[in-house]
Amino acid sequence: MSGWWIAFQGIVAREVLRFVHQRERFLGALVRPLVWLFVFAAGFRAALGIAIIPPYETYIPYETYIVPGLIGMIQLFNGMQGSLSMVYDREMGSMRILLTSPLPRGFLLLARLLGGVVVSVLQVAAFLLIVRLYGIDLPAWAPLTVLPALLLNGLMLGALGMVLASTIRQLENFAGVMNFVVFPLFFLSSALYPLYRMEEAGPLLWWLCSLNPFTHGVELIRFALYGQVDGLALAVVTGATLLFAALAVRGYSPARGMGSRAPSAAG
Amino acid sequence: MTSARLPWLPFTASLLTAFLASAASAQTIYVSNEKDNSLSVIDGKTLAVVDTIKVGKRPRGITLSKDGTQLFICASDDHAVQVLDLASRKVVHNLPSGEDPEQFALSPDGKSLFIANEDSNVVTVVDVPSRKVAFQVDVGVEPEGMDVSPDGRWAVNTSETTSMVHWIDVEKRQVTDNTLVGPRPRHAEFTKDGAQLWVSSEIGGTVSVIDTATRQVAKTIDFHIKGVAKDRIQPVGVKLTDDGRHAFVALGPANHVAVVDAKTFEVKNYLLVGRRVWHLALTPDQKTLYTTNGVSSDVSVIDVDSLKVTKSIKVGRYPWGVVVKG
Repeated sequence: MSGWWIAFQGIVAREVLRFVHQRERFLGALVRPLVWLFVFAAGFRAALGIAIIPPYETYIPYETYIVPGLIGMIQLFNGMQGSLSMVYDREMGSMRILLTSPLPRGFLLLARLLGGVVVSVLQVAAFLLIVRLYGIDLPAWAPLTVLPALLLNGLMLGALGMVLASTIRQLENFAGVMNFVVFPLFFLSSALYPLYRMEEAGPLLWWLCSLNPFTHGVELIRFALYGQVDGLALAVVTGATLLFAALAVRGYSPARGMGSRAPSAAG
Repeated sequence: MTSARLPWLPFTASLLTAFLASAASAQTIYVSNEKDNSLSVIDGKTLAVVDTIKVGKRPRGITLSKDGTQLFICASDDHAVQVLDLASRKVVHNLPSGEDPEQFALSPDGKSLFIANEDSNVVTVVDVPSRKVAFQVDVGVEPEGMDVSPDGRWAVNTSETTSMVHWIDVEKRQVTDNTLVGPRPRHAEFTKDGAQLWVSSEIGGTVSVIDTATRQVAKTIDFHIKGVAKDRIQPVGVKLTDDGRHAFVALGPANHVAVVDAKTFEVKNYLLVGRRVWHLALTPDQKTLYTTNGVSSDVSVIDVDSLKVTKSIKVGRYPWGVVVKG
């Protein structure tokens, strides 16, 4: 049992160390949402307030609306970053060392996944601190109540990153992920605009946004900040997490996915 | 020694009963819905609408009788002031009001009702017990805002087109002085000690603080909200806290309530509420402020201690006036 714990600690600590040692990455992870908050939200200010939608009980400025979406954005990019470093580890060979461990592969992947989630929670904590200093009103307990949602959403996006990593053969192909995964997930969601706006724009857009698991991740975070649970979002995010995790384990099984290329490397 | 102590007794007693009353009975909020010809009744504890009462046409200004058992309602398009019995929630009788009553104020003794008649440029004074018009006073064009000084000496009226405050000497039953303020004065409110009169100017976008003794404008307050065009800032409702700390000003289509330091006249904050915020009411304990938001048809709830908007409650169409019964 202690062997499992040591392995788990080692993998998580490696992720956190990797993050702490890369100051640029920490800064980058913070600057991205802050640019959106200070520039984009300023342009869209809506000083006259946006209509009341749950979980909000009164009128809010746009800056308040966009906060959960930007938290989601931090976790989304962190998930993709995890995916990128996975591909890198594979190319550099350290992934092989990890996977030669006698512990079950699913456990190793989960540990790696949680390492990424811990990093994203640290980034979100720093972001929330700046949000508070900027003067955006959130409930006092928001940083605590949002934790379970951060954990679940981080797991979902991290697992999605692993699935992507298992299908990408070279590091250079990674740019395509931005175009075909990150941008659609982010822009076709409730992160930047309430879904009723999309409904006004057209049913197709609305459907795409409603089917996007990232929308539900953002809504889960939005409700959690106000100490509430959005049942539908919880169900969708849990389902998507299980699905992506299953695909990731499959992608890394020795018989398939990455493992199937092993003979050429061994031979 | 005994005589010096005596005056405290009734004071302490009244404080005690006030405390007991507020603890025993929950607060009820009454809101007049201009387009629905109704009143919405909100429970102060649950903040839910518990009843809707049908009243006369285009209800606007509302005020409680001094004993708190009746509500006076300006039914503008019925050209009457209706008297609603709060226990039975039924209109029991009408008072004569003159044409198109919009706002009114009750004298400190609760016996005289000073009514601004928007269409006929007069203020009608009604004797409440006998339900008869006592006298009328000619004022400027489109009279609207009304208040009576705490000592009962002055009744003030603002006329929207003339942009003046008319000072009616209640004893003499005539206007004895006028004060020019910003364009389209909407609302007037005396401080608790009666030393100042606060008047909002809708088109001028300002609030004038007038010294009662000299009837001169002592200070003019301006408002600026980042990201909101200046012409949308239209001050209407004004509410002053009894402790003299805060003044709240409803800024109409700017969708914000300004929080003014009533001592330094500095604007401290702007609180986002519903669309076209119109009038305001404080609870008797001064802890909560309610706003009527005409265009978005809701009432926003503001916590006075933290100066935060905690909730907005859907009511009827175009909520206008609001009062709180403690």
